[in-house]
Amino acid sequence: MLRYVIRRLLTAIPTLFVIVTISFFLMRVAPGGPFNQEKGLNPDIKANLERVYHLDESLLMQYLRYLWNLVRGDFGPTYTSPDFTVAERFANGLPVSIQLGGMALILALLIGGALGIIAALHQNKWEDYSVIATATAGSTIPTFVIAPLFQLFFALSLKWFPVGGWGDGALINKVGPVLTLMLPQLAIVARLMRGSMIESLHSHHIRTARALGLSDYAIIIRHALRGALLPVVSYAGPAAAALLTGSVIVETIFSIPGVGREFVFSALNRDYTMVMGTVVVIALFTISFNLIVDILYAVVDPRVRYD
Amino acid sequence: MEDSILTLRGIKVNFRTIDGIVEAVKGVSLDVRAGETVAIVGESGSGKSQLMMGTMGLLASNGTIEGVADYRGTNLVGLSKQQLNTIRGRKITMIFQEPMTSLDPLYTIGNQLIEPIVHHQKISVSEAKARAIEMMKLVKIQDPERRMGSYPHEMSGGQRQRVMIAMALANDPDLLIADEPTTALDVTIQAEILELMAGLQKRLGMGMIFITHDLNIVRRIAGRVVVMRYGEVVEEGDTKSIFANPKHPYTKALLDAEPTGRKAPPAAKAPKILDGTNVSVTFEIGGGFLAGPPLLLKAVDHVSVVLKQGQTIGIVGESGSGKSTLARALLRLLPSEGAIVFEGRDIAKLNKEEMRPLRKQIQIVLQDPFGSLSPRMTAGQIVTEGLLVHEPSISSGERDARAIQALEEVQLDPKLRNRYPHEFSGGQRQRIAIARAIILKPRLIVLDEPTSALDRQVQGQIIELLRDLQIKNNLSYLFISHDLAVVRAMADHIMVMKDGRLVEQGTPDEILENPREDYTKRLMAAAFA
Amino acid sequence: MTDIAAAPPKAGRSLWADAWARLKANKAAMVSAYYLVFIAVLCIAGPWFTPHQFTTIYQDYNRVPPSLSAYPKPEMLDLAVTDAVRRSRVDLLSWEQKDGKIYITVTSAKPIDERMTRYIDRSSVFEGAQIVDKSADGLKVILSAEIERKYFFFGTDNSGRDLLTRTLVAGRVSLAIGLLAGLVAVVIGVLYGAAAGFLGGRTDEVLMRIVDILYSLPFIFFVIMLVVFFGRNFVLMFLAVGAVLWLDMARIVRGQALSIKRQEYVQAAEALGVTRTGILLRHVVPNLLGPVVIYMTLLVPQVIILESFLSFLGLGVQEPMASWGVLISQGANNMPGANWLLFFPSLFLTTTLFALNFIGDGLRDALDPKDR
Repeated sequence: MLRYVIRRLLTAIPTLFVIVTISFFLMRVAPGGPFNQEKGLNPDIKANLERVYHLDESLLMQYLRYLWNLVRGDFGPTYTSPDFTVAERFANGLPVSIQLGGMALILALLIGGALGIIAALHQNKWEDYSVIATATAGSTIPTFVIAPLFQLFFALSLKWFPVGGWGDGALINKVGPVLTLMLPQLAIVARLMRGSMIESLHSHHIRTARALGLSDYAIIIRHALRGALLPVVSYAGPAAAALLTGSVIVETIFSIPGVGREFVFSALNRDYTMVMGTVVVIALFTISFNLIVDILYAVVDPRVRYD
Repeated sequence: MEDSILTLRGIKVNFRTIDGIVEAVKGVSLDVRAGETVAIVGESGSGKSQLMMGTMGLLASNGTIEGVADYRGTNLVGLSKQQLNTIRGRKITMIFQEPMTSLDPLYTIGNQLIEPIVHHQKISVSEAKARAIEMMKLVKIQDPERRMGSYPHEMSGGQRQRVMIAMALANDPDLLIADEPTTALDVTIQAEILELMAGLQKRLGMGMIFITHDLNIVRRIAGRVVVMRYGEVVEEGDTKSIFANPKHPYTKALLDAEPTGRKAPPAAKAPKILDGTNVSVTFEIGGGFLAGPPLLLKAVDHVSVVLKQGQTIGIVGESGSGKSTLARALLRLLPSEGAIVFEGRDIAKLNKEEMRPLRKQIQIVLQDPFGSLSPRMTAGQIVTEGLLVHEPSISSGERDARAIQALEEVQLDPKLRNRYPHEFSGGQRQRIAIARAIILKPRLIVLDEPTSALDRQVQGQIIELLRDLQIKNNLSYLFISHDLAVVRAMADHIMVMKDGRLVEQGTPDEILENPREDYTKRLMAAAFA
Repeated sequence: MTDIAAAPPKAGRSLWADAWARLKANKAAMVSAYYLVFIAVLCIAGPWFTPHQFTTIYQDYNRVPPSLSAYPKPEMLDLAVTDAVRRSRVDLLSWEQKDGKIYITVTSAKPIDERMTRYIDRSSVFEGAQIVDKSADGLKVILSAEIERKYFFFGTDNSGRDLLTRTLVAGRVSLAIGLLAGLVAVVIGVLYGAAAGFLGGRTDEVLMRIVDILYSLPFIFFVIMLVVFFGRNFVLMFLAVGAVLWLDMARIVRGQALSIKRQEYVQAAEALGVTRTGILLRHVVPNLLGPVVIYMTLLVPQVIILESFLSFLGLGVQEPMASWGVLISQGANNMPGANWLLFFPSLFLTTTLFALNFIGDGLRDALDPKDR
């Protein structure tokens, strides 16, 4: 087990390296730079700024410098807000995104999982059809439609919630973003859960359990559900990584100071270090959650333990 | 009948499908007395499994059951799940065909054994554990205490089936329903399990219903036989009298379906077609970046084969013995070591391009009549595909004529040549596969379990056809099978393989009447007991 | 006993024919297909028949709500007259409406220039203004003008453009990008996946490792970089979107290719000596087509969402062109005053996405070989 984890962590390093490399050069190929935006910037000042940030060096040199700093855990300064380093910006944005994403993820897994199980147990009955309808709607209507509609009905008309803003993390401010983040995830989880639960209920060992006269509870919870969780677990990993690192759309619409909104802003302003930082953070999250999923998988399914 | 423990009267099982109601069981009545073994025999689709699944309340959600299934005064049909569960697993239990999937892969054997004991007998876990270990000993699992902690995937198919039996018998049931419990197992394991079940049935004095398609098993285990076809019982009676004096034509046909006849050996001076010397095949398992060197598995280990014109060599062995791998290596479909000489020419070192013209001479018919035909091509297209490669100059009209000819040769109506594989039955598909092989007028055909996926009756017809074709076209066969009865009828020389090695070879008489090696003896005992 | 069926000769029903029959029996999919055709025709042909250009700005009709009756509404006339007269720099005395025409009486301290009618015409409400009567001193004039009747079934946007026309034009853009980018993604994905699945071994390992890495690249980053790189060009936009969404397709095709390669019918073909090309054309492609078609229908809505998403962020289609995403973004910015701006584009986008999903599900049910 431990050897497996170590091996996986070791294979993550080259992956991370390739991601950083691709991102670095892809971004530099794009025209424009961090100090081209402000027209009429004095060429001397611009040159000075570029020298301070080592932007006057060759691309290769900059790349190596970035890698070296990264290895030491230094994400570098930001160009758009000189008073902050990238790490400090993340210290502000990441907790916000993690809170929203975490709540949305947990709710989506719990509610979506429950709905999926209910649907599977009542296959082709009204319960099933209503869950399918909800899931179809949830996964079809885009977030950027749902979010404004939520604002319109619940914030502007009914005035139950604020239209947007973080409000220092007040619960009432989180309702809208969390719900809109949750809905598509909930839909996917419900669909997945329903499908794998139906498959699980049709499997031979469930037939054995029925033939042995075990109770419904034992059959559904102990035998069917545990196997049916596997596909949901493997979906939840990448989904968690994506949710926790912030949603561009939801954070933009609800004016939430999270990682997602910052990222778009940084990309548009060619804030190289900030963009690179986001890429690295997202990749780290993705890699870690995939690892967590694999470990969870081994916990649930003894067959993969010795891989 | 007074002493009947299970009495079925007018059982009907229906399934709602997209194409309407399918009647799987159309009013079946039968009795099982305490302590007797009843075999329900029928081919696939006869409704034999659905009958018992319905009785046990295990039908798929689109299935319904009508009629009376009386167990000691209680009608099981229409019973609520709670009431049914006081009988299911306690008084009547059932085991199934698929030993690989019938146990929950996520729990240990011990866990799964203990669960139904605690559930039904309401005893403590430690008491249940003792009972479970006792059961493991009963089904002759070695080292039961340690095995309790094993997961199903750590056990072989035979062991898993033993565990299934232990689970089923742990609550002292009156009746055990066994649905083809040995079909998926290798013959030698099959024999062990059958022996175990027969012994336990006598020792515990329970009733047993044994569902099977295999008449050999019936003869060995059952006192009474019920023959089913198309959802109805066509005949029932004592095993002895049914076998000695079958009344219904279907029963007669079933009994006659066992392949008979022998094949005469080829003339002594018949030329050699294929000569493989010291053929070995090695597979690499796993390996790769950071995973260390791959595991090497010798699937075929220095086996030599000499096949003469007009000869049929039967290659016999259980799953994993390397028999199919050997055949594929001889056809140069897999990389191998050793010399392979085909009609005097060494083909072992030929590359793909050089091999292509020779493919016309060497054909293969595969086991799975569903998988071996491309689902998107018509029968005619499938049969003539080889002509596109080897006789590209002929016109489409000529190709069509050749297809008609080939289909007639395999006794399939050529009018059906525009149909697609899914519109044919298993036997018909296998005929198409044979037509695809013979249209090129090959010298040698490898038959890789060509009858294993078919019902006994159809099997007999296919064997008949293959024998006719051999005589007509002076073909040589490499016939691969695990079924000794079929091999006996087809081959004039038999090779027995185990773990990639050749164990024994000789004429059918030598091998079947007088096996020398231990393994061969066990194989024989299992197949012809 | 024989297993030869004595059936009359007939042409076989291919799996495609079977699938088509099953698809036709699927009501949701068929209704969706008709709906999609309807939307497509509406978006393509509609803008030629609506009475407005999608770029025309009607100054007097900023943010007017949707209505089935014609504009101007009676209550709007007063404002329109006042505005028009003020622009002519004369004073309004009175106005009245008679026989669908409007008569305005204006005065001024200076003699009135007759060319002032142009200012009246310049209003989007009136046309054909002319002087009916003029006082002798030229300080008082009575004008007549036709009232221009305009229909805004979906209302207008902030700058007074007809939302119906804009929604339809936006539909063209969204559907075109969906289709073209979907096609790009499918082509790249199929070629890549088929190469990996077919060549197998080391090549497969390397190709799939690349896909894995691209998967862990933040996908938004990828798109935004591409869009920035391509300079927000409408034509190149779908390339960017397509280039991102091919990953799933590649995985699916590779998996399929691998499983088809293991099928016995491919082994049988190899034993027949069929060439690689022959196996590819006769066995692999036809059996691969089903999943590709299914995935393609599911990919198109994904592309449309992605494009709308970029447009929503202002990174996609640029003004005055519009896509549904652009319109929804404008709608979201005009809540709660002009909800129709959010409502109509959202309705079009969402129903189209639903229709595409139902067709995709229907195709999956129809083509899935599991049924057999």
